[in-house]
Amino acid sequence: MASQLLRRAGKLINVSASATKNLASSLAPISQANRSFASAAEDTNPITIEIAVPYKAHKCEPPSLLATTTPQELVQFFKTMFLMRRMEIAADSLYKSKFIRGFCHLYDGQEAVCVGMEAALTKTDCIVTAYRDHCIHLGRGGTVKEIMSELMGRKDGCSLGKGGSMHMYKKENNFYGGNGIVGAQTPLGAGLAFAQKYSKVEGVTLAMYGDGAANQGQLFEAMNIAALWDLPVIFVCENNHYGMGTAEWRSAKSPEYYRRGDYVPGLKVDGMDALAVKQAVKYAKEYALTKGAFVLEMDTYRYHGHSMSDPGSTYRTRDEISGVRQERDPIERIRKLLLAKEIVTVADLKNMEKEAKKEVDDAVAQAKPDPSELLSHIYVKGLGTEVFGPDRKEFTAVLP
Amino acid sequence: MESTALLQKLTAGMAFRGNPATLLSSSSASSHFARVQASAWPIMQGSRLRRLNVEATDLNANAFGTMPHSSTGLKIITKAVAVKTERGSTATAQQGHELLLFEALREGLDEEMERDPTVCVIGEDVGHYGGSYKVTKGMAEKYGDLRLLDTPIAENSFTGMAIGAAMSGLRPIVEGMNMGFLLLAFNQIANNCGMLHYTSGGQFTIPIVIRGPGGVGRQLGAEHSQRLESYFQSVPGLQMVACSTPYNAKGLMKAAIRSENPVILFEHVLLYNLKERIPDEEYVLCLEEAELVRPGEDITILTYSRMRHHVLQAVKTLVSKGYDPEVIDIRSLKPFDLFTIGNSVKKTHKVLIVEECMRTGGIGASLRAAIMENFFDELDAPIGCLSSQDVPTPYAGPLEDLTVVQPPQIVFAVEQLCKH
Repeated sequence: MASQLLRRAGKLINVSASATKNLASSLAPISQANRSFASAAEDTNPITIEIAVPYKAHKCEPPSLLATTTPQELVQFFKTMFLMRRMEIAADSLYKSKFIRGFCHLYDGQEAVCVGMEAALTKTDCIVTAYRDHCIHLGRGGTVKEIMSELMGRKDGCSLGKGGSMHMYKKENNFYGGNGIVGAQTPLGAGLAFAQKYSKVEGVTLAMYGDGAANQGQLFEAMNIAALWDLPVIFVCENNHYGMGTAEWRSAKSPEYYRRGDYVPGLKVDGMDALAVKQAVKYAKEYALTKGAFVLEMDTYRYHGHSMSDPGSTYRTRDEISGVRQERDPIERIRKLLLAKEIVTVADLKNMEKEAKKEVDDAVAQAKPDPSELLSHIYVKGLGTEVFGPDRKEFTAVLP
Repeated sequence: MESTALLQKLTAGMAFRGNPATLLSSSSASSHFARVQASAWPIMQGSRLRRLNVEATDLNANAFGTMPHSSTGLKIITKAVAVKTERGSTATAQQGHELLLFEALREGLDEEMERDPTVCVIGEDVGHYGGSYKVTKGMAEKYGDLRLLDTPIAENSFTGMAIGAAMSGLRPIVEGMNMGFLLLAFNQIANNCGMLHYTSGGQFTIPIVIRGPGGVGRQLGAEHSQRLESYFQSVPGLQMVACSTPYNAKGLMKAAIRSENPVILFEHVLLYNLKERIPDEEYVLCLEEAELVRPGEDITILTYSRMRHHVLQAVKTLVSKGYDPEVIDIRSLKPFDLFTIGNSVKKTHKVLIVEECMRTGGIGASLRAAIMENFFDELDAPIGCLSSQDVPTPYAGPLEDLTVVQPPQIVFAVEQLCKH
């Protein structure tokens, strides 16, 4: 059992063995040296990067491994992913200090999927996802402040504090949540695509789900329906290899989720490479607009456990987690790319990181309830003799 | 002498056999409170009474520590506190073992799985992970992967699978990680589970147990705070019970497993860490019986699951205000124990139902109708019913608390009803 775990862990890390080789070849610096930060942010000269891990295709031709991007876009990738990472880590510490309660599912490690997707989409395209939605909301035009406020149950949260971590939406940017029940968002995605086709909107829907949800019957129903009526929906499976505590090989007969659509063509993408994701989503969008349903499997990883109440270490080894973090971290990959291409300097990156940290800290400070309000909330509860401190620690053995 | 009487009272409560000296040397942690210094016996009557050390302590072998020896070779107990035995205490009240509710569920499950090899557990993360609320922790190592089956996330299918297995002789226990997820299996539960015994003319029995945590938790969001008892109650063929303490959790779990009917056991997500002392010996509770929690004369309060504890909290206030409510934990949500309830109504003539279900179509609504139908002449006042607001449970803490019945509301309602 332990040896099986190690073998599977090895598979996850070794994905990048070939990646690092290819990465080295694509890290040839641009001829012009010493670009300043200001110019990099506006530089829209196209550059070509070779994607490290080749795509695996099912009933379609894989897209080219040469991705075109711009320094501006790469800098934007870095900034956004770093911001997402800081936000999730802030959510972690807030949860531990009991400002965030209930369920909190963190996205750190998977940022490249969201960021790469947004780079290939517009706001006419719809996204629907499951409960690991903080960063998707950010990518869809949300602000850190409204996310933090929502997580802490404040009325300036994106759902007025009534939804919580798992129910974040942004109607004007076509972000449909934020769903608590595993897999239930996939028929919703088919429905959004149906509406797009019906109203002849030039857009696609991305119905995101995880490897755990890939075993839900309603997903297969949704895929059948989408393929039958050529709905412009892209089913995106964020395969982080664990459905809470159950590894993919223990819950799925065929962990090749990109093939699971059978008659629906699919692609397997290295989900830790934002450029690969962008390339794949661009390709899939084209396919969905012209032909119909498509499946994308993003091979990604989450560093945290399933949620804050799951330590994340009972079903996988710490070596596996740190191994993936060292070899495949999406932010490090972009950082190396930026530095190697001399688009920015180390000092510039540090500045960007500081800005992101500041943004998150400010948002948290604004969103946190202030002590006087906390006390008034406690008295509204009026539950009798229990004593609450201003840090809201409650007895767990006695029913509050 | 006072000390003699005390000693006698203490020893009367102790089921020791033979010489008190042997009692001193025994170190069974599960037994009694008081130990008596052996040498004190013969010198009780005299002036040496002061050397009588009676120690009563919550017997925990670890906390006890070592006993220093006196120069005469007698063991002197240092931390001597003479404690009056509690009113009505007997050996059985002090015996038993303390545990948390999820451990009580596990104990019941373990005993039944050991007793009957056809009992198996089917659910998400019940095996290797040990259950998301630790109810099945450690059992996969004991019984194997087939009896603690880790399923993919496919509630409709694995519930259906469990029903199929039950039809052909197994006794599966389906765990919904959260009751709300079982909505995905509603068709299987309502159509197959509830009806197969009837539609097959009695050929098939479905001795299945469907269990899981439900109810409003601590800011879990709307979709994870469902109370499904109101949805399932109109499915004929199903039996529903709700546990609220470690004692009834274990008893109801065992009874549900032994029952030939499909039983849905509703646990509550906030009650898993309740601690209570339960008996060592094996016991099985009756599935259809209600539990009299507190006898009284003024008003009957009917409740179940978490609201029982809110009611008991309100009762403290009510008693200090001079009321004498009778509290009944109905436990059996389908069918209702109208015998116990009826006897209570005949005594008090006033009823208040306190539940966590939504107001519309909840357990309280059905119970009200049943009581009115059967005991109308006994009632002096309209039946009061406190339920949750008909609102999806909001995430924000204060808002969530507003949707659920709180003790002050219970106190107020009792006061209103008792004016009749």
